[in-house]
This record gives sequence, structure tokens and C-alpha cells, in this order.
Amino acid sequence: MTRCQNFSFRVLLGAALGLSAAISALAQGGGQLRFCLHTEPKTFDPLQVEDDASVSIRYLTGGVLIRVNRQTQALEPELAESWKVSKDARQITFKLRSGVRFSDGSPFTAEDVAFTMQRLMDPALHSPTGDAFRTGSGKVQTRITSPTQMTIVFPAPVAGLDRMFDQVAIVSSHAFRQESAVNGPFLGPFVVAEYKPGSSVLLRRNAYYWKTDAQGRKLPYLDSILLDIQPNRDIEMLHFRRGEDELINALDSDYFDKLASMSPELVHDAGASLDSEQMWFNQVAKAPIPDYKKAWFRSTAFRRAISEAINREDLCRVVFHGHAQPALGPFSPANKFWFDSKLKPQTYMPDAALKSLQAEGFHLDNGTLKDSHGNDVAFSLITNAGNKYREGMAVLIQQDLQKIGVHVNVVTLDFPSLIERMTQTFDYEAILLGLTNVDLDPNAEMNVWLSSAENHQWNPQQKTPETAWEAEIDRLMRAQASASDPRKRKEYFDRVQEIVVEQQPFIFLINKDALSASSSLVKGENPVILHPQTFWNAERLTIAKAN
Amino acid sequence: MNFWQKLAGCILLLVVCLSLAAGWLAPAGYAYQDRENAGAPPSHQHWLGTDDLGRDRFARILYGTRISLLLAPAAALISTLLAAMIGGFAGYAGGIWQRAATAITDLFLSLPWLFLLIAVRALMPLNISPLESVTVTFSLLGLLGWTAAARVLCAAGASLRDSDFVCQARASGVRNSRLFWIHVLPNMAPVLLAQFWISIPVFILSEANLGILGLGVAEPLPSWGSLLRELEGMISIGDEPWKLAPLALLVVVVTCFQIVLSNQQEVAA
Repeated sequence: MTRCQNFSFRVLLGAALGLSAAISALAQGGGQLRFCLHTEPKTFDPLQVEDDASVSIRYLTGGVLIRVNRQTQALEPELAESWKVSKDARQITFKLRSGVRFSDGSPFTAEDVAFTMQRLMDPALHSPTGDAFRTGSGKVQTRITSPTQMTIVFPAPVAGLDRMFDQVAIVSSHAFRQESAVNGPFLGPFVVAEYKPGSSVLLRRNAYYWKTDAQGRKLPYLDSILLDIQPNRDIEMLHFRRGEDELINALDSDYFDKLASMSPELVHDAGASLDSEQMWFNQVAKAPIPDYKKAWFRSTAFRRAISEAINREDLCRVVFHGHAQPALGPFSPANKFWFDSKLKPQTYMPDAALKSLQAEGFHLDNGTLKDSHGNDVAFSLITNAGNKYREGMAVLIQQDLQKIGVHVNVVTLDFPSLIERMTQTFDYEAILLGLTNVDLDPNAEMNVWLSSAENHQWNPQQKTPETAWEAEIDRLMRAQASASDPRKRKEYFDRVQEIVVEQQPFIFLINKDALSASSSLVKGENPVILHPQTFWNAERLTIAKAN
Repeated sequence: MNFWQKLAGCILLLVVCLSLAAGWLAPAGYAYQDRENAGAPPSHQHWLGTDDLGRDRFARILYGTRISLLLAPAAALISTLLAAMIGGFAGYAGGIWQRAATAITDLFLSLPWLFLLIAVRALMPLNISPLESVTVTFSLLGLLGWTAAARVLCAAGASLRDSDFVCQARASGVRNSRLFWIHVLPNMAPVLLAQFWISIPVFILSEANLGILGLGVAEPLPSWGSLLRELEGMISIGDEPWKLAPLALLVVVVTCFQIVLSNQQEVAA
């Protein structure tokens, strides 16, 4: 190599290194991330959050004591350096992080946690987050032992107590005002800088955010996040394709495939999510349906046979284009801790289903299944109009069940009418709907599995359990809710899952995959199945400058 | 009938004939799910490809056309008869009858018919076959869609009531009932017929609207409305233009109806 060549090489190398450093600097700091909220946020008060949009804003702006790591599903210390739950699961003691400040510069202390808990548990506030902590009558007490040490005492045991603090964003005891919640102050990585109703929410970096990365750089990397309020998924898709948005959460399979066909590197299928789709038969004693149909619907053998005759693989493959997994039971395998791994997939066995129905006195007559009294086995299956995936599933189930001589009338109703039939008049035979799960803990489903609960959809609000297996589920759910040992709780809930699969009060059909898309400009993204899929690590995301 | 009307009439006739020959042209049927070929593009086996559930799109369009084109006239008949009874009679009777009929018509016109239809449909029994559901859907359309025609027929009845020949017949001592059936009603026939014809495309589009909302004809029976649902989500259209076939057919049929009925609309006006 001549001197001249050597010089040129050095210049080039230097330029390349400089460019690389500049790109790295650009990537490591600044920039604005943009994505859509699908509804208007109903509140900025973190303790009154209920809707998805408000949950997203709370996640980005709120500081919590303990965070569920969306990737590992394990608990991680945030504003609390450490914590300890008492053996009776009635009290939790926190050692708080010192030196943390709110976005207005004021210090974070145990007073703020106490204030937050008092507000949260105030019955007048009607906080959905607070309701989850309400397991017994009596007041929640807080004991502050030092500015960084405190204990919260509950009147009754609260199962999974520490995990529930993931949803509790701490508010300032001195500056928070409910009527101006949009102004904070905040403890999370971002603060609400501007809210244009019906249009957008602008979040800016919280200059006082306490976290740093491994190199000691202050987090978050991003300057701001612009949340467009956009209910129309087509427009969201257009924005993404034009480069006007960088993330899409909860894509449906059609959009996912379309994007994948154009830019496969932009889409992410994180596997089965916590969301399930299921159908169930009406088992309400006073329901205005013929007695012979009630007898079918209350028969475990009938429900199991129907379940066996549904081809779940086809539901996943045809309706969801492969972006769903056959459901195994009440909890998705995505719920790493609580899913009962002993559950086996329901095999599609129409012949076995027919045989078991024949053993119960049903018989085929000219291609139509009849019960022992000669009634044609036919029922209506309702789902909500406008949901093409549910309608598609209903039509596939219709054809599957036709093979064993069961005639299904698919009915689509507007959602309010469906809910009225489901919860008020009980004037229905079977319903196909879904459950959106955001909580990993089975306690969040107490209102589904207890026979006295309102959302015990196949037969709600029973004064006493009408079947032995429902009584057993009641017992197990209460036992797991009051046990403090996670292994014991898991044991109880595993048995609940097994009973549900044996009895099929809900015929679980599929678990949808968690689908998302992110622009190639977004660095550090790692989509997961838990909400918020794509921006769960927003503080560590960066945006590369587009050319 | 001019050339364009003849051409439009021929096209309509062809569409009707094709839909009636659906069993022969598309033997697979509208409900069969070829699940291994779901969402397939056009092929020798499936001329317009298959829908998301693997059903032959061509077969579904033919059967959907049959349903829409046979039941829309039935709904039009129901609505025209209702309009004749309410509007025609009130217009002829005049006075309090006409005021009452006008008030009822105005009330019905002011109702958001789509929500009314959704509400009425939600009250219907659930366990009915797809064929019954399609009959119910179009009957509801007919029962709720008489108001516009009633206004026209009310005006027609009122003008006949004051016409010279009716006055002369009345002066000659002809009884009211005889006057209505023998003299008035036959003279309203052109308006009735015009109302009947121009209602047909309206009901076709109404069912399509309901179908797009998922509240039309029950699965697996196809209708134009349910077929048009494939077009929701604009992203799918560009690469799969064959999905536009039901929309193209709907536009062609409604346009042909408008051309053929252009004379009738003048009568109705």
C-alpha cells in the first residue's frame, strides 16, 4: 500500500467511523415515535383508567412500584427497590427508591404511595384498578416507617398482591388534581405535553425520569411520542405504509398478511396471546328456550361431543390465516406461569363425537341428529355483527357440526342486543364471543368462574352452585384466592382448568396470535404477547432518522 | 323504449337467467367450503376464486343474485301495497284521513330506518333457517320502506279525488266504495307500477347496506350485501380485483334498473 493509498484509507476509515458514530448518536437519542390510539382516552387520571387508550397512556407516563416484565412475565422492581408480602397475603412492605423525582421536580416519597392507595381504595372514586384489591370489608391502612419505607395492610388476604401493583401508577400527594390529571405530575418516562381531543396526544420525555441505561445514559432515549387518535384501522395502516406511523399494535390477520407480503421484516407474530374465542350453551334454568334443548345444553356429554366435532385447526388456518392456535383451556399457553401444561389439545373427532352422542340416546335420521324424543338437534349460534373473524368461525362450526347431523343457525346481532340477551333476558341458545385478557393472574377471572358471579356466562348469578363441578370450581377459586403460596395457588387453579376442560361450560376454540408491526426505523423493539405489545420497552426505543 | 332501455332490459334478463341457472353453472353450490383453497385467486375450478372460507365466489354471486333479484321485488310489492292502502286511500278520502296519513308518513320518514331495522331484527326469533331469515329481512324492508311511496300515492289519490270524472261519477250517485275500486284504483295503476319498479333497486341497496353491517341474510346463504363485505378493508382490493365482482354486478343491475325505469320515474314524478 503506497503512502497516498494509506492516507486515503485512513481518511475513509475515519469518515466511516465518524459516520457510524453519528448514526449511533442519532439512533441513541432524540426522535419522535408515532403510533395510533384506537379510541379517545377516557381519562388521564391513572387511578380511573379502564379503556385501552388510557391504559396505554398510563403505561407510558405512570411510575409503578413493581412492574411485570412484559417479556419474561416476571416481577421487577421499579419505584420500589424491594418488597415483601406477608404470609397471610394481607400486607406488603415496600422499600422505596430514593432520589426519584416527579416531572415537576418534587421528590417521590412514601407519602405519595400512601396518598395513591387512599385515593385508589376510596369507594367514591369507583376505580377499576382499586376494585381488584377489594377482597374484604374494611379499610386499607398504610404505615409509613420512613420516607422510603412503608407497609400497606389490607383487611383480607389479596392473592397475587405484588403483581397487582403493576397497574397502580403512583400520583403525587402534593400536586395531583383529578380535574387536571392531564398535567400530572408524572413518574413515568414520558409526560403528557399536549392533548388535542379527537386528534392526538403528545408525550414528551420526562426530564426527571430516574432510570439510566447500562452506560449511565438517562432514559428514555426518545424525545417524544405522538399518539394519533384514529379508530379506523385502514387509515392506521395507510399511515404506517406512508411512514407516518412507526408502530401498529394488535394487528388483525388480514392486515398482517398484507403487510407481510410487502415487507415481511416489518411484521411480528409473537405467538399465541392471552385472548381467547369461545362458544357456550345457555344453561340458565329460567331461560325462555324449550326444556328439551335445556336438557341437551346441561348435558356434559353433549357439550363435549360438540367440542370434539369442531375442527379448531381449520378455524386457525382458514379464519385466522394461521395466526391463531387451537385453545387448550381457559388460559392460553402464553400465560407462562398459570397455564396448566397437563392439558392436551382437543382433537377433531367427529366420529367419536357422534358415537358419544348416540350413547346418550341421540340418533341419526336421514342425516339429521335427533334426540331420544325425536327432536331435531338444531340450535342458534349468536355472535356480534361486524366481526368477520367470529362470523367466519361460526360458519365453519356450522359446517363441522352439520357432519354429525347437528343443524346450526348462525345469527349475527348488534352488540347491545346480544348483551341484552346474554345478561338480561337469557333468550339465546349458544353464543360465540371472545375474552380479552390483560391480567395474567386467575384472580382477575373470579367474576367469570364463581357460580355466583355476573360474568359466569353460561349460568350467571346462581344462589348456590347448581352442579357439583361448579361447586368444586367455586371452592378451588376461593382457595387459590386466599392462599399465599404461589405453588399452592397454581395447584388449585390447575384443577379448575382441568374441570373446565372436562365439563366444557365454555368450549374454548382458539387463542389469537399477538400480531404487530414496527417500522424499520424503530430500534430496540421486541414485540411481546402482553399489552402493550410493541412499546412495552418504550423508554429504550430509539428512532433512526429516515433518509 | 329506446335503444339503451332495451339494452339495459336485456342485461337484466341475462343476469336473471344466469342466476336461475346457478345450480347448473356452479354445481359446487354456495355453501361448500373448500378449506384447502380458501382465498384462492381465479382458476379453472373457481372462476372468480374463493372467499376467505373457501367457498366458490362465482357460485355465491349467482345464488346471491337470485336472492336479491327475487326478494327485492317481493319487498317492493309489500311496500307498494302498504303505500297504496295508506297513502292512496288517505289521499282519496281527504280530510282527517289525509292529515293522519301524512303525519304517520312524516313520523316514519323521520325515523332512522337503519336503526329501526336493526332494532326490529334484534327482536325476531333466533332459531330460524337461513331461508326464513332472508324472507324476514326482505319482509322487514318492505314493511318499513312504504313511506316515500305513500306520499306519492297520497298526492295521486288527492288529485283523483278532485278530478272531473270522479266528481261526475259522484254526482251521478255512484257509491264511494264502487267509485274507489272501479274508477280511482285503475287510474292509480301507473303510479303504483312506477313506485313498485323504482322501489326494487332501493331494496337491493338496502339489503346490501344491512349485509355490509353483517345484519343481512343469515349464513351460509349469500346475498349481495354479504358478498360486498369482502370489500371492507380497502387494502385487499388492489391486488385482488376479482373481489370487486359483486360490486360491479350490483352497479350494473342498479344502473340497468334506473335506465329501464326512467319512464316510470317520470310517471311517478
